[in-house]
Amino acid sequence: MAGRNGTNLKVEGLRKYFPVRKGFFQRVSGWVKAVDGVDFEIPQGKTLGLVGESGCGKSTVARLVLKLLEPDLGRIIFQGRDIGPLSSSEMRPLRRRMQIVFQDPYGSLNPRMTVGQSIEEGLRTVGISPRARKDRVLGLLEMVGLPAEAADRYPHEFSGGQRQRVGIARALSVEPSLVICDEPVSALDVSIQAQVINLLNDLQERFGLSYLFIAHDLNVVGYMSDRVAVMYLGKIMEYAPAEILFENPAHPYTRALLAAAPDPDPVTGKGLAVLSGEVPSPLDPPPGCRFQGRCPLVEDRCRKEDISMYVLAPGHEVRCWKAAREE
Amino acid sequence: MNDEREKAILGVSDREVLPPAEGRLRSFWRLFRKNRMAMAGLAVFGLFLATALVGLVLTSGTDPLMDPATVRLQEKLRPPLSKPNLAMLRPKEVPALGVYLFGTDDLGRDVFARMLQGAWVSLTVGFVAVGISVIVGIFLGGIAGYYGPRPVRADRVGASVLLTLGAALLFTGSGVTGGAILVAGHLFLFWDLLWGRVPLLREKMPWVRVLRVPLFSVDTLLMRLVDIMLCFPSFFLILTVVALLPASIYNIMIVIGLTSWMGTARFVRAEFLSLREQDFVTAARALGVGDLRIIFRHMIPNAVAPVLVSATIGIATAILTEAGLSFLGFGVPPPHATWGNILSDGKRFIFDAPWLTFVPGVAILVVVLSFNLFGEGLRDTLNPRLKERH
Repeated sequence: MAGRNGTNLKVEGLRKYFPVRKGFFQRVSGWVKAVDGVDFEIPQGKTLGLVGESGCGKSTVARLVLKLLEPDLGRIIFQGRDIGPLSSSEMRPLRRRMQIVFQDPYGSLNPRMTVGQSIEEGLRTVGISPRARKDRVLGLLEMVGLPAEAADRYPHEFSGGQRQRVGIARALSVEPSLVICDEPVSALDVSIQAQVINLLNDLQERFGLSYLFIAHDLNVVGYMSDRVAVMYLGKIMEYAPAEILFENPAHPYTRALLAAAPDPDPVTGKGLAVLSGEVPSPLDPPPGCRFQGRCPLVEDRCRKEDISMYVLAPGHEVRCWKAAREE
Repeated sequence: MNDEREKAILGVSDREVLPPAEGRLRSFWRLFRKNRMAMAGLAVFGLFLATALVGLVLTSGTDPLMDPATVRLQEKLRPPLSKPNLAMLRPKEVPALGVYLFGTDDLGRDVFARMLQGAWVSLTVGFVAVGISVIVGIFLGGIAGYYGPRPVRADRVGASVLLTLGAALLFTGSGVTGGAILVAGHLFLFWDLLWGRVPLLREKMPWVRVLRVPLFSVDTLLMRLVDIMLCFPSFFLILTVVALLPASIYNIMIVIGLTSWMGTARFVRAEFLSLREQDFVTAARALGVGDLRIIFRHMIPNAVAPVLVSATIGIATAILTEAGLSFLGFGVPPPHATWGNILSDGKRFIFDAPWLTFVPGVAILVVVLSFNLFGEGLRDTLNPRLKERH
């Protein structure tokens, strides 16, 4: 296992294209470039926020990292080991080192299993005696702030926030070092959101967890994350420490997102244009910058050449040549 | 960490309040009870079950209390509720109830006793046939839904065809040809597996790769099989098979079961396809839970609700099919009574003795209707989108 300050997860050049099939013979007529060259790194005990609009490939990244989907290209290095070529049986012992918390608190628990059984599922694969499992389940329930009686209840008897806690308990049951939070609070009320976020923060502190925190709510991501990656149509547009990204966003897309976010503090409004238009289809996107269709600063060069990442400062990268020139 | 911090983290409700527990079965019953037609169906079903069990006890054995096979030619075609003419009967021939409740048929047999005997046939045919069809349907539908995208390779198809063809020929009498094909199939399979394992063979004969092209997916194979099975009008398919096989109640159960699994298979496949994408299945996979456990603990329990509904209605269909077969003379061989053959025997006397057709006809109608009502009630109650769930 990597040291406390080592790298927990490193992703390089991750790509996943989904074929689009058409017609009687299921001919491949195009590719949806869901994830198109994504790089990032999460140190042990830190949080990387991954932000973007719906359909930009955030959840695909989550499933690729967990190897629930096979990447087409790229390397996923988890605790110093490239998990790309591992077979599913080689993967099994590593499975419990990385876990996932889902967005939908209704779909993430089996309605036919009690909460206790759901949490126990992971312990079963580790090989703990049934009795010790029961004790562990009660301990986990207490850890996420649920009473012991909850173990014998079915998911439909719980509220969204309570179910989300159960989901967190299940993920932590196998003592992972990396937890992928796939929009864990998007489906919850604001007051419940705060509780769940605080719980996640507390657990991170207690167990030294690394989080890949996926969300579309910038406020939440800003609060949770050490670093933030902004994703648009399968590519990372800006990658920076959280404070820098919020104070000094470089990419026009990041600026637009920040301007569009409902901010309780009116002073921070930067007076940037609100985005017009829709996210284009990730099906065979045009050459050049992915953001060209909606960018207020678009020029000819953006439509012709693929834009690479520019380093603005150590740890602050942006996929925009104009932003790089401005600095 | 201190307590205050903990409280702050967990918000105001550090001890979450849960509503009183209500088991799944209990809440199901609470909802089901409201559906009057379904309750009526359930009641009739209970009555039918009791009748069939009592009937089995009363009419079977060497010296049954009520013998459905006792022939009293002097008492033929007596109307329902008529008293037996005691002077004309030997003591053993007197009906146990002291009255012909449903009358007698053209051979003077007690229709009530025959109906009791037939109830057990209808019950077992319904349950066993549906049991077979549900097991086959869940198995094939589950495979299609879970392993559907996996390819079927040409060499596997070839080996299966050779082995099946060989075995079939062997059983039908062409011993030498069948045996030869069977041996060829085994040799091919062995060689094929060897080629896959030994790198040297693969280098020497790279062209074998052609044999290993994926032809179609598991899903395609199974679902097209379903389509093929559905192409035949099911009653005529059953009729053909039953005509070829020796007449026996077990053959009829098996044949009805093996020709009615397609609906279940489609249901289960569809359920599995949607369950595969559910987050709780993804979570189980992320935890490293094995395929079998995912299928049996996570997917099947969530997929059985619609299967249960279609099975209940399937029982009604199976009872009706058996009655139809018996009516046409392809069913359970006489002298065993079934509702279908009582009906069939009675049709010649429909004007002289209408009770001979009326009694079994109404019995079939009531039982089939009750199963349908019960099944529909189940469907409505198990529907997760039911508005008045709470």
